[in-house]
Amino acid sequence: MNRYTVAVLVNNQFGVLNRVTSMFRRRRFNISSLTVSETETSELSRITVVFDGDDAGKQQLINHLYKLPDVCSIKEFSDDNSVSFELLLIKMKNETKSREDIRGAADAFGAIIVDYSKDYMMFRLTETTKRIDDFINLMREFTILEICRTGSVSLERSSTTIRQIINL
Amino acid sequence: MLLSGADIIVKILIEQGCDTVFGYPGGQALNIYDSLYAHSNEINHILTAHEQGAAHAADGYARATGRVGVVFSTSGPGATNLVTGIATAYLDSIPLIAICGNVPTTHIGTDSFQEIDITGITLPITKHNYFVNDVEDLADILREAFRLAKSGRPGPVLIDVPKDVQIAKCEYEFQPAVEKEEPFAAKNDRINEAAKIINAAKQPYIYFGGGLITANAQAEMLALAEKIDAPIGCSLMGLSAIPTDYPRFLGMQGMHGHYTSSMAMHNADLILSLGVRFNDRVTGNRQKFATGAKIIHIDVDGSELFKTVDAVCGLRGDVKLTLEKLLPMLKENKKPEWRVKVEAFRQEEESCLDKREGLTPRKVILILNKYLGENTAVCTDVGQHQMWAAQNLNFKTPRRFISSGGLGTMGFGFGAAIGAAFGTKERSVLVTGDGSFGMNLNELATAVRYNIPIVILIMNNGVLGMVRQWQTLFYNKHYSNSVLERKTDFTAFAKSFGANGEAVTTPEELDEALSRAFRAEGPYIIDCKIDKDEFVLPMLPPGGSMDDIITNLEVEQ
Ligand SMILES: Cc1ncc(C[n+]2csc(CCOP(=O)(O)OP(=O)(O)O)c2C)c(N)n1
Ligand SMILES: [Mg+2]
Repeated sequence: MNRYTVAVLVNNQFGVLNRVTSMFRRRRFNISSLTVSETETSELSRITVVFDGDDAGKQQLINHLYKLPDVCSIKEFSDDNSVSFELLLIKMKNETKSREDIRGAADAFGAIIVDYSKDYMMFRLTETTKRIDDFINLMREFTILEICRTGSVSLERSSTTIRQIINL
Repeated sequence: MLLSGADIIVKILIEQGCDTVFGYPGGQALNIYDSLYAHSNEINHILTAHEQGAAHAADGYARATGRVGVVFSTSGPGATNLVTGIATAYLDSIPLIAICGNVPTTHIGTDSFQEIDITGITLPITKHNYFVNDVEDLADILREAFRLAKSGRPGPVLIDVPKDVQIAKCEYEFQPAVEKEEPFAAKNDRINEAAKIINAAKQPYIYFGGGLITANAQAEMLALAEKIDAPIGCSLMGLSAIPTDYPRFLGMQGMHGHYTSSMAMHNADLILSLGVRFNDRVTGNRQKFATGAKIIHIDVDGSELFKTVDAVCGLRGDVKLTLEKLLPMLKENKKPEWRVKVEAFRQEEESCLDKREGLTPRKVILILNKYLGENTAVCTDVGQHQMWAAQNLNFKTPRRFISSGGLGTMGFGFGAAIGAAFGTKERSVLVTGDGSFGMNLNELATAVRYNIPIVILIMNNGVLGMVRQWQTLFYNKHYSNSVLERKTDFTAFAKSFGANGEAVTTPEELDEALSRAFRAEGPYIIDCKIDKDEFVLPMLPPGGSMDDIITNLEVEQ
């Protein structure tokens, strides 16, 4: 099993997310994260998908995604050719006994307090998936009330763009 | 010209060269049917007995003509009745356009009467589908649908048109029929690589499928085969592309393929595959499939390359254009030793052929062969009869064998035979089984109403023969729910629907019945009684390899 990150540039059309994710479902790929947003051009949306699988299956999946008329281009990212980040919001119980430890850990990771009351503290952390996992694991020592993360977004380390990739 | 959405639909079908539509009306399609009424001198609508029959008819029309087939239905149950037909076309890459009515946009999402999410349902069985929100988009969507359906690897496209969009008006301007996307040849470096491999091969074998017919690349393939002295075989979908009696042609491949072609493929050192998939029904056990062969795979659909077998060289491109470029790079050479080997396989096959007396399945098809004209389309259903037909029919013209390959849809044949008769403007033939025919025999009403000449040959064994064959071989003869035990009198059935028919039990009777059937004005049923314990042979057991091939069987009763 390998982990893959691909960005799929699609026509900003009704139902297109469904078409793309349906391809993953049909081939029994489990999506571990998914983000969708409009892009620099309003006609196009960008879907970033992180999933696990093997090379042959992944290649099949990409080939099949290319057959969707609404898919414009697909870019696969590796750790060394790209920059990937995600955003975490985490809500911790605010208790005297743990307050300082939590804040210390947050400082060490660069997480920022975005909300604070006598019952809870909320942090924001923009980091790689791995670092966010580590941070959450650390927070498990204390009382986590709720977490929400965006899933990974990625861009290639280069002046070329996904729009310049020609179909296959 | 200011037109309603419904008028635009009909106008665009006419503009795209569609002369015949198959379908069934209903509440949410009334406007479309009203436009058909107004344009009835420009476009023909065939009312079937069931939407499934209409979908298969549009598919059969497309297979027989190479043009896009069109089917109409209303919303809800009308649309869901199309699903099997659309899936059948999808799995066999047939250009089909399905246009469904739906409830008005104001009602969408409220579970209103006969509302169904047909674009959701058909997502995985269409090349693409559309929900039309605005009448202003309708013409573009329809034209785009035609382009998509016929471009590259063809396939079905569905368009869901809410009733208010059918009523709303907008400007329409005639446009010439859309062209399919410009086909392209595979990349030169791949072609070079393929040429090297082919030139080095000692025992090459050419394996083609339906994609060869779509690309119309028969001549190029034959030129190549002559140049490198290679035998040729095909998948079920490839049948009829080249004449059965073409000397290099060894027949169909696969689970019930010809012994000669299967052995040649198994012993080849190179398999040159053209517009064909390596379906499990063809390869058997993929690990043991043609282990000594390199595979070169040419297909317009890049996603087929490296999908189920490891090709050494995958070429994405139009088969015809790619072969045109490949041909001049190949060395002319003769392979007498390979020929001798293949000839030996042919002798072995000859010795295994079923030569029994009486109305054997093979005999049935051989007698039918005598009556087939150059242009007669033969459609089948699914089961043993389909395989007997595929193995023994004598094909003369491309697109004249019509069978559900990928989905294996029982009940496909009758609708397809109706569509094929309209497409070829000639008598068509349906070779069916008693089980399959039972699924869509309601379409006899259609064939009678339009007086369509169809010879319906039921290979009546009283059982779901293909199921029985597996139960005999792999399930200890536990004939669970495969014995039909019906009391259907097909001759009386034919008469009650206003057609003619007769039952036959000997080769002579069959011969005479066929001579009447091929002269009949409308549909004609021949209820041909055969034994329930006939086998389709040879058989490559599921998951087996050529070493496991079964060529003859004596089953003790
Ligand atoms: C719609 C559908 N249901 C079930 C099957 C499974 N199936 C394949 S062949 C077969 C038996 C077909 O019987 P019949 O039409 O009498 O043909 P025979 O094999 O007897 O020639 C069945 C049930 C199928 N292919 N399609
Ligand atoms: Mg039967």
